[in-house]
Parts: sequence; structure tokens; C-alpha cells
Amino acid sequence: MTKAMTGARMVVQALKDQGVDVVFGYPGGAVLPIYDEIFQQNDIRHILVRHEQGAVHMAEGYARSTGKVGVALVTSGPGATNAVTGLTDALLDSIPIVVLSGQVPTFMIGTDGFQEADTVGITRPCTKMNWLVKDTAKLSGTIHEAFHVARSGRPGPVLVDIPKDVQFAQAEYTPMQRARTAHYQPRLKGDIEAITAMVEMLETAERPIFYTGGGVINSGVAASQLLREFVEATGFPITSTLMGLGAYPASGKSWLGMLGMHGLYEANLAMHGCDLMINVGARFDDRITGRLKDFSPNSRKVHIDIDPSSINKVIRVDVPIIGDVGHVLEDALRIWKARGRKVNKDGLAKWWKQIKEWQSVNCLDYKPSEKTIKPQYALQRLEALTKGMDRYVTTEVGQHQMWAAQFLGFEAPNRWMTSGGLGTMGYGLPASIGVQVAHPEALVINVAGEASWLMNMQEMGTAMQFRAPVKQFILNNERLGMVRQWQELLHGERYSHSWSESLPDFVKLAEAFGCKGLKVSDPRDLDDAIMEMIRYDGPVIFDCLVEKHENCFPMIPSGKPHNEMLLGEADTQGVIGAKGAVLV
Amino acid sequence: MKGQNVSALNIKRGSTSHSAYDLRDPNAEIIESHTLAVVVDNESGVLARVIGLFSGRGYNIESLTVAETDHARHLSRITVVTTGTPAVIEQIKAQLGRMVPVHEVHDLTVEGPSVQRELALFKVAGKGEARIEALRLAEIFRAHVVDSTLESFVFEMTGTPEKIDSFAELMRPLGLKEIARTGVAALSRGV
Ligand SMILES: Cc1ncc(C[n+]2csc(CCOP(=O)(O)OP(=O)(O)O)c2C)c(N)n1
Ligand SMILES: [Mg+2]
Repeated sequence: MTKAMTGARMVVQALKDQGVDVVFGYPGGAVLPIYDEIFQQNDIRHILVRHEQGAVHMAEGYARSTGKVGVALVTSGPGATNAVTGLTDALLDSIPIVVLSGQVPTFMIGTDGFQEADTVGITRPCTKMNWLVKDTAKLSGTIHEAFHVARSGRPGPVLVDIPKDVQFAQAEYTPMQRARTAHYQPRLKGDIEAITAMVEMLETAERPIFYTGGGVINSGVAASQLLREFVEATGFPITSTLMGLGAYPASGKSWLGMLGMHGLYEANLAMHGCDLMINVGARFDDRITGRLKDFSPNSRKVHIDIDPSSINKVIRVDVPIIGDVGHVLEDALRIWKARGRKVNKDGLAKWWKQIKEWQSVNCLDYKPSEKTIKPQYALQRLEALTKGMDRYVTTEVGQHQMWAAQFLGFEAPNRWMTSGGLGTMGYGLPASIGVQVAHPEALVINVAGEASWLMNMQEMGTAMQFRAPVKQFILNNERLGMVRQWQELLHGERYSHSWSESLPDFVKLAEAFGCKGLKVSDPRDLDDAIMEMIRYDGPVIFDCLVEKHENCFPMIPSGKPHNEMLLGEADTQGVIGAKGAVLV
Repeated sequence: MKGQNVSALNIKRGSTSHSAYDLRDPNAEIIESHTLAVVVDNESGVLARVIGLFSGRGYNIESLTVAETDHARHLSRITVVTTGTPAVIEQIKAQLGRMVPVHEVHDLTVEGPSVQRELALFKVAGKGEARIEALRLAEIFRAHVVDSTLESFVFEMTGTPEKIDSFAELMRPLGLKEIARTGVAALSRGV
């Protein structure tokens, strides 16, 4: 049954039909009709943010922790421009979100009307697709199409721009089933011939490795399950990008830890020395490959990716498989089993022996201290005290982010949300709120740097208002630590503007927001304070004063290959040449 | 060499549109010119999205034409001539192909023989000998006179971009004032 309704009502109806239970938003003139509709119903919860960037990151956190599409609602002009960073973040990390923005009425478009911005123009390069809807009759169909596009294929952010007169006008509602989706149906099944080629390769490989990424998480829980089965059955070592942590459990016996610029020694050396690399849903990002010319020089490479443009973009591969990770792994497992579950046992035994040697280097070792809290120690304690809990972790961007990836273990997918591709400082706090809204009973921790955290700290107000008991675990080094580290290594220790000056008193700040503040500087007080944070029934700002000049290792300097990794301070003298310094 | 390794299945590497494998040297630094036909939804913003891909990722556009070609199905055809190394051309096609409003991407340069045509208008002003010479050359090039005054002609010519270039060169000393070109339209030969 279809019936006529206003555009504003259509928006709410379409969201309901899409199974949306929460919207993160901020009102303004150009979305008032939609807010009026939101007011008159109870199915969809609206979370009032404090800044539209916060709304989009919350929608991302919600999406990444649930596997569902996250939704944000913003007004025209400044509301929409504030959403741009979040959209770009979601684009680079392939996160499915729908942003609905208000627009000036159609008859005013192009007149530089109040709060008019060319929103579809501004957001075109940072969305997977966007639409300006000029006709109410097309509104609900477009919203349904938007959800379909956001979640299908390689997921990503989409935006629907809705002029105010379109919200007021009446038209017939297009139900979900009648919306246009046939034109965008990315292929899920991989080519069987190519999958068989991969299976043949893994039967004989002497030094194989699984290199997995966010694509496994995006493919769904079943894909992670299949990956685990495949890894267990073959006994191959597995490493993952920052984006893919949790797809294979950190406690699993084949786990090598994260790879890349700040990845583990054993993971990077295994990538460098392997003879067969099976890339499952990762994209050969520059944080992973280091110097391209020397990237894993002696391996044959298989690449499973749903996005054809990821294939051969930076690294040429021998066997490309275009398809959904879950579907491809399912076929691969079936074929491998049918052919007799063969692996090169002797080769593998030698390979693992070599890997064990690399592991014995203990690359995450750091100099402990009794006087100051080492950031690594803080994370080790956080890990020890929260392991086994129903725990979700978000992060900001910087050294603390890399340490969190190194020292926290993830046993399941969708438990780790961090801004990987864009590296957005200010992501973690709002993302943690988005996660908490989706999982009200869970322990949600944002591992933060003090500088990043300040970028969206206004969202503590949101956490308070909506009783989201998020724990803000701030590793406070009073530095833009990652910037400081680069300046130390690359710019002659000239620390240009990498101090966090005039920091607020975080405990007082917590009081001002009405939540709990904790401050620790003595390692002996750390455990109790962490337990107090966990037990407190409400948001906590945890000011953990850590060693100020700690550097994050291992590190592969920009422009260097995997086997030229720095393991500690002793390795750092004059390491990055002028050429590397140009890279970021 | 690793790059030459053939998969265990011995899948032949052939650079047809039916194969994911590529015969040409992927690392070749030669710059090739390719004509791509891109069928897209005829909706506002789609052309901007396609062009934005080229500028945003640093690809070249040598020529671009676009018009609706299927009114009933609401489709437009964009013909774009681009240049780049083989790897870049492959990447351009993949990037175009994954866009939501893009229905088809054809590389007319590798998908067999094709015809390419462009239309151009030339305004040539002159008197006396130059004027007669312009007219004579126009005849040789099968350009039509579509406007004339006592001091000027407007010639219309269709042909390959190279033919239009050479006619323009010849007209330059004879009083060429302005050129308007449509950009290349192209179709594959046969069915
Ligand atoms: C929005 C934004 N601006 C600038 C940067 C560059 N940047 C990367 S890490 C960093 C310092 C982060 O400092 P902090 O949050 O205190 O983390 P730390 O490295 O000290 O752990 C900066 C400025 C960024 N990633 N994002
Ligand atoms: Mg800091």
C-alpha cells in the first residue's frame, strides 16, 4: 500500500523501513520539518550531538560496531560542511553511513541564500554517491537507494541533500522493494578459476602468509569465521592491517600481530620474506608497503577484493580475485578441502621456525619505569584488566593509537574502531559514543591522546545527556606525540609547535561536564584507577600522565622497505634520508 | 623475475577485455592514448563526478564529449580521450567502472577497431590570394562553407582529431581567427 505524505514524513518512514533505530543529528532551519516529524514518533531515537562532525563519527562508530548502516542528520550550509571530515573518514575506511542534509528551498538554490552551500558539489569527492533531491516524489526512493549503495559492494558514505520545500510538499511514498537498486549490484562471487589458482598455490607454498584487512570485517561476521577456519586448517601465519584487527583472534596460534609502519617485526619480516602472499580484503596502503620497489620482492601475490579498482592499483598481483571476502573464502575452502587439504608441511615447519626466531626479538619491548607511567605499560594494564569483558575500543590518532593497536588484543571483529585511512584526530570520542549507543551494556573505551581528544571534546555533553558511559582513556604526554616523534627523527629535533600547551585540568573538565574525572601519574596507582574507571556507572575522563618523550617502535621510516625497520632508540640515528622526509 | 610468474594453473595472460590478466608490460613507462566510452545515468552531477575523478586523481583528459544517447533509459554517453601509462589506463577504467552511476566502460582503443570523429568550425578572415587559397584547401579537406561574408568564411569539417589539427595548421597563415571543436565521438566498428 502506498500513500501520499510530506517529504519530511517520508524521511522518517524510509528510515524506519530501513530498520534504523537511531539517528545522530543536529537541527537547523533547513531540516525543521524533519525534526518536527522526529518529534512526533518514538521508533527512531535521535541523539543530539554538539557538532556535526561528532554526528558523523558517531554514525561511523555505530556502523563499525554493528555492521549496520549509520545515519546522521544535519542542516544546510554549515551543518553540511561540518560533516565533510566525517564523510571523508568513512570513505577512506569504507564505512557505510547515510548522511541526510537539509538544503535551502529549490527556488532559492543558486541565489546564495542564507545557509546555502553547494553540498552535493562539496561532498562529491568524499562520498561514494550523493543526490540532491528536487522532487518529493523521488525522495523516499532515493533514500532507499542511498542505503543500498552505502551497504553494497565496498561500503561507503552517501549523502542525500533535501531542500526544505521538498520536505514540505506531498507525494506518494516509494516503498523499499520498489526503489531503484538493480543498477548497482557489485559481484559477490569470485571467479572459480582464479580461486582454484590460489588454492593450487597455497598447496605448494613454502612460506605463505595471510595479509588481511578491513574488507574481512566489512564482509560480515561469517567472513571472519571462514578466515579463522582457513587459517586453522592450513596452519599459515596471519597478519592484519590496522583496519582488520579482530577478524582473526589475537590469541590465535597463527597470529603474528599487526603489520605496517608501526607493525610487529615478525609480521613485517614475514611479509618481506614470504613466497606466497594472500591479501584478503586489504589494499596495499602505503603505511603497509613501505618502499614499493622493495615490497615483498620474492612472493607471488593473490588479492581478494570486492573493489576492482583496488586490484593492481599500487602493487601488481599474480592472481586477482574480485569478489566478496566471505563468498571467496567459502569457495576457496570448499575447493581446497575437495582437493585433499594439501599444504607443504616441510616448508611450513621451516617457515614457522624462522618466524619464531623473529618473534623472539620481542619487538614491543620497552624500557620499563617505576617512576613514570610508560604509555605501553598503561595499555598493558588496561588490556589485562579489561580482557574478557564485553569490550569495544575506539581511538584517536597518534602514538597512542599505534600503541593501542600493538598492545590490545582483539578476539572478535567489530570491536575495534579507529580512523585508519584518513587519520582523523577527534574521531575517537564521538565514535565511542556511537558504539555505546549501539551497545548500551558494553564497556566502551576511547584510547586517546590529549591533543586529539580536545578536537571533539564537546561531545562529552552528548555522552552525559544520553547516558553513554564511555571511558575516555587519555594517554597524556602533553605533546602532539606522533608529530614530536617525526620531528625528532626527521627534522633535527626542532620541535616546532608539537607541545600541547595550556591543557585544561581534565578532572575539573569532567566535573564541569558532570561526569567523573580521574588523574594518575604514579604507576602504582594505575590498576586501581583503571578499575575505578570501569566500575563507575557513567562517563569517565581518565587523565593518564605518561612519559612525555616515548617513541613508538617498531617503525619503518617512510620510504624504507620492511627489512629496514627501527626497533628502538638505538636504531634512530640519521635514518630517514631527504627522499623519505618528503613522504608523510 | 617475479612479475613473469604465471599462476599455478597456467592461466594465459592475454589483454582482452575478457581476461583479468594483462599481456602488456605493466611497468612500462610509455604513455598511451586511449579512447573510452562511458555509459552513465543521465542525471545532474554525474558528469561532475566523472570529471572530478580525473582531476582528483591526477588523470589527463585530452578530449571529452557528452550527450544523452538513450532517452527512454535515461542514459548518456561520455567519450573521453585520456593518456597515461598502461597501469594508469587500467586504473582509470577500474575507477570509472566502480562508480555507482556508471553502467559500462569500453576501451575503444583495445577492444578492436573503432571509428573516431570530431566536428570543428573554423573562422578564417582574409582577402585576395589568401581567401582563395583557404577555399581551395577547404575543398581538398572536404570542409564545407557554412557562413561567408566578403572578408570571412566559417568552415565546417568532420574528421579525426589529427585531420582537424592539420587543417587548422594550414589555415593559420591564411587568417584563422577562431576554432570551435566538439571533441571526439567514437564507436567500435562492426557489430
Ligand atoms: C585533524 C588532524 N590534524 C592533524 C593531524 C596530524 N597529527 C597526527 S598525530 C598528531 C598528534 C596527536 O597528538 P595526541 O592526540 O596527543 O596523540 P599522541 O601522538 O601524543 O599519542 C597530529 C597533529 C591529524 N592526524 N589529524
Ligand atoms: Mg599527546
